[in-house]
Amino acid sequence: MKQFLKRLRKDKVGIVGFVGIAMVIIIGLLAPLIAPYGPEEMSQTHVMEGPSKEFIFGTDEFGRDIFSRIVYGAQVSLQVGLIAVGIGAGFGLLFGLISGFFQGKIDQIIMRIMDVFFAFPDILLALTIVAVLGPSLTNTMIAIGIVFTPVFTRVVRGTVISVKENEYISNAVAIGVSPVNIIIKHVTPNIMAPFIVQVTLGLSGAILTEAALSFLGLGVQPPNPSWGVMLNDGRALMEFAPWTILFPAGAIIFTIFCFNLFGDSLRDILDPKLK
Amino acid sequence: MLTYITRRILMLIPVLFGVSVFIFIVMRIVPGDLAMTILGNNATPESLHQLREDFGLNLPLYVQYFNWMSGVLTGDFGQSMRTGQEVLPDILSRFKLTFELTLISAFISWIIAIPLGIIAAVKRNTNTDFGVRLISLLGVSVPNFALAIIIILVLSLAFSYSPPIEYVGFFENPLQNLEIMIIPAIVLGSSMAGAVMRMTRSSVLEILRQDFIRTIRAKGARERIVIFNHALRNAMIPILTIIGLQVGTLLGGTVIIEQIFSLPGLGQLVLTAINQRDFIVVQGAVLFIAFVFVFINLLVDVLYSYLDPRIKYK
Repeated sequence: MKQFLKRLRKDKVGIVGFVGIAMVIIIGLLAPLIAPYGPEEMSQTHVMEGPSKEFIFGTDEFGRDIFSRIVYGAQVSLQVGLIAVGIGAGFGLLFGLISGFFQGKIDQIIMRIMDVFFAFPDILLALTIVAVLGPSLTNTMIAIGIVFTPVFTRVVRGTVISVKENEYISNAVAIGVSPVNIIIKHVTPNIMAPFIVQVTLGLSGAILTEAALSFLGLGVQPPNPSWGVMLNDGRALMEFAPWTILFPAGAIIFTIFCFNLFGDSLRDILDPKLK
Repeated sequence: MLTYITRRILMLIPVLFGVSVFIFIVMRIVPGDLAMTILGNNATPESLHQLREDFGLNLPLYVQYFNWMSGVLTGDFGQSMRTGQEVLPDILSRFKLTFELTLISAFISWIIAIPLGIIAAVKRNTNTDFGVRLISLLGVSVPNFALAIIIILVLSLAFSYSPPIEYVGFFENPLQNLEIMIIPAIVLGSSMAGAVMRMTRSSVLEILRQDFIRTIRAKGARERIVIFNHALRNAMIPILTIIGLQVGTLLGGTVIIEQIFSLPGLGQLVLTAINQRDFIVVQGAVLFIAFVFVFINLLVDVLYSYLDPRIKYK
């Protein structure tokens, strides 16, 4: 772990990504302190105003401050990212551990079910699930969580199979340690590296998918300040008020870029072959 | 080769069966009454009963599934709950557009990504490499819908561009068709190019480190021969994997891009059907896209064995 942190500190690109992510998290957590206005606060006298000292990112068609909405939007993105990835990673870890450790019939059953999920393009699967459950923040998180489960299952399963080959696992089996104990104490800690990389990349994927679903009107619903909702709202106005789309688009791109930068760095450190 | 293809097709049967069961179940777990969802709260009991009768919604679930699948297997995907039109002809006519968009986008991404990925690998750790890596990272970080909106904004401000109102098919007027398709295809292709560029770079790098490349160089082969005849051919397998996966992503991406550019493709059909709660159309179109996706992956697998005969399948 110490060596890992030491290598991470030396990786400037990774640090840039990490600082960017930390900024988004801090902005999200301190949104009520940072945002000068409420996310849904309207002003009839400041409709579609360009960036100024008073409204640094301008205002939208309802006179809402775009900067404040972007700051609160960070909360939505982080919430979706963490909960959706939590669902996907949690189920993926469980199924991957069972599948990879026990193999045989249970592995076949789990992996064939995952193959079914892999048969759909991600966004289409998420769209279909949200369409059925109904568009809302909670359903968006559930849909993204379901979509991400197969990826985590596959990553965990593959790593468990290779970790299982180690002698300390066969020794533990030989001295009669129960399979559950082996999985918890010996297998899980040793599969964490690729799992954490996948979590980081999953976070950017979840934020992106939420923004896409909200953009299509099937994710977070207005007037909630999701970046995807803001981008969709700004489409009709973009020729007259380009700031209504440029800043939300910038927020999405910046966040995903930082997560990818950091995720790449983690992967390079944990798997130097790819560098 | 033929045995392998047959085996792969047979392996697809349980997956496709699972896909159909999954779509069917998802479409039936709509909270509340499906008929009520479609007709609204003001529907009379008679109209609700009629709708259930017409679409077999009052039959047991397994009978509904059996009826649907028997239809699908004979080319009958059912009728739209809104318009009463046959679903399959609509899917097929819209798929032409989606397929064309996917193909042009994939082609654009390859012509950008593969050469840049090779250049980055050959000029590893130089400014060129750094630049290509930055472009590829941006490529995977900029969502296609954000890129589409930004491009439309820039083009509308600079050239008074606006997305076309009417679609013209390729065989009606190829030039006008390309004019309509090129910008959506550039947007979709750019979002795919990032991932392909990264995979090309890392695969070529991996191969360039191998002993056989050193031997070929020691024998005096030209660098161009080393790269194109030996490194790239061997690096094509992981590149193909990512291309196969990305074509699936492209198919998904068309849902958003067709909506933004008002293109009447399969993606727009799905989205419109979702908004109108027309579940027969949604399940038919989603099943069709999943089938296409699975067959593209099959095609990629078959190409693997052609490119690398060492691959043996159990």
